[in-house]
Amino acid sequence: MYAQLVETGVKRLKTLDEMSEQERAFQERIDAEIKIEAKNWMPDAYRQTLIRQISQHAHSEIVGMLPEGNWVTRAPSLKRKLQLMAKIQDEAGHGLYLYSAMETLGADRDTEIERLHSGKAKYSSIFNYPTLSWADIGAVGWLVDGAAIVNQVVLQRTSYGPYSRAMIRICKEESFHQRQGYEILLTMMREGNQAQKDMVQDAINRLWWPSLMMFGPSDEHSPNSAQSMAWKIKRQSNDELRQRFIDQTVPQLELLGCTAPDPELKWNAERGHYDFGQIQWDEFYEVLKGNGPCNQERVATRRQAIEDGAWVRAAAVAHAKKKANKNAA
Amino acid sequence: MTAPMTDDLIQYLLRLGDSAMVQAQRLCQWCGRAPALEEELALMNVGLDLVGQARNWLEYAAELSADGRDADHLVFRRDERAYRNLLLVEQPNGDYALTILKQFFYDAWHFAVLQGLAHSSDERIQAIASKALKEVTYHLRRSGEWVERLGDGTEESRQRMLAALPQVWRYTVELVEADALEQRLFHSGVIGNPEQVALDWQTQVEAIFERATLPVPPAASHFYLSGRQGVHSEHLGLLLAEMQFLPRAYPDATW
Repeated sequence: MYAQLVETGVKRLKTLDEMSEQERAFQERIDAEIKIEAKNWMPDAYRQTLIRQISQHAHSEIVGMLPEGNWVTRAPSLKRKLQLMAKIQDEAGHGLYLYSAMETLGADRDTEIERLHSGKAKYSSIFNYPTLSWADIGAVGWLVDGAAIVNQVVLQRTSYGPYSRAMIRICKEESFHQRQGYEILLTMMREGNQAQKDMVQDAINRLWWPSLMMFGPSDEHSPNSAQSMAWKIKRQSNDELRQRFIDQTVPQLELLGCTAPDPELKWNAERGHYDFGQIQWDEFYEVLKGNGPCNQERVATRRQAIEDGAWVRAAAVAHAKKKANKNAA
Repeated sequence: MTAPMTDDLIQYLLRLGDSAMVQAQRLCQWCGRAPALEEELALMNVGLDLVGQARNWLEYAAELSADGRDADHLVFRRDERAYRNLLLVEQPNGDYALTILKQFFYDAWHFAVLQGLAHSSDERIQAIASKALKEVTYHLRRSGEWVERLGDGTEESRQRMLAALPQVWRYTVELVEADALEQRLFHSGVIGNPEQVALDWQTQVEAIFERATLPVPPAASHFYLSGRQGVHSEHLGLLLAEMQFLPRAYPDATW
């Protein structure tokens, strides 16, 4: 899971000559591939961009638990139930250490979560689509985690040290999730009955395009990319990553014996890449604005969880205080 | 092993496996709704342990039954009247006070039972129980700490615990009263002394409740329902309907 469309708050790149001495030292450190650590000086816009990106990423992990939670009570076997529970647990863990990485920048977890609940903070748009059959759990693992990995593998080299280290750990677990997701679909296609095969194709039909949208708008419509690239928060463009994902996914799709809902998808020997059809960016922006099929439910569920849990957290704090007082006495 | 003895053992393994499975299913229902991110992790972690344990117990039950059913079949194809779980674990989650109380009462029982089973004359049971005991030691520590926090936290958390207590206390009767089957298994060395389990459970509850400044109600008494006999509350059927949906809807399917 990850973030897409992160504002940098910067209109155009500064040249080295235009930078203050501090800024120049910072940029040269980045250019030399030396990681920025929490205690290092950094431009405020760099800090704010990272807070936005890491918090979006963390929110995506947490909101991403909901479409899976929709099926964890209905997993069809003990093996599948254990796998899905472990995956959900991993995601909660990813959320935790991403929020921790974000807090090294001086941000506050509760404040950022509040921004999620008030609709100000974003999360990956893919989680605003419903999971309608068990095959969706396979397709989410394969396509959604797959798309996330393509992005995150690159983010392992991101310039901010704590984020980079979180990514290295997360990538290992996500690769595992992706293989499990694909194996769910492969089992249904190879050993399943017609109803199961139909479920798989239907899941791919619904999740294919939203997965491609996970990489964010095309480079020409991605105004914040240049600054993020210069800061090496981002390391490759949206279109490059999307192409890589498609190139690695189509052979897996063929192995399944399924098709993508894209008549223009075909190998282009000249380019050495797959060509693909036009992405419906209107849909992407609508979902991002909050008008996707599940936006309201996802945010409402998260808000409800935190509101309903307020008394529990308050009790934990109160009890810890009582205990500390007792120990002091 | 004699045939009646095997039947007893199968029944007992179903009790252990079904309770772990149903408790885990209730924990799954919290997914994405827990009061804090740390709790999401903990609930899923405990649930994972319990599904793993359920699988171990039910695989053994299936082998002893030798009627062609496997652990998955036992979990996903049995009706509620054939389930042998404790009434306590099938109760709805309610608020976090209720969820924690259920978990704690179950963990305290589970821990005492597993301590006995870790010395079982049956090697397979001994091995499964020894591994499970390590996991449940953590479950009990965690739920006990939460009972303490919520009982002796804020006025609201205390009131919620006091409100939750009578809702689940009556189901604790099954945790402290052994039936004839358990007595037989105890006398043949397969399980620990049920009286010890009852004593340990009571001691554990009293100790944690004292720290939580909560009153321990008088012992619950038996009434009509019995999870061990498959006479459940109305909640189990709906829980199973959800959990068993796919294998029931597509009986010939491989997943």
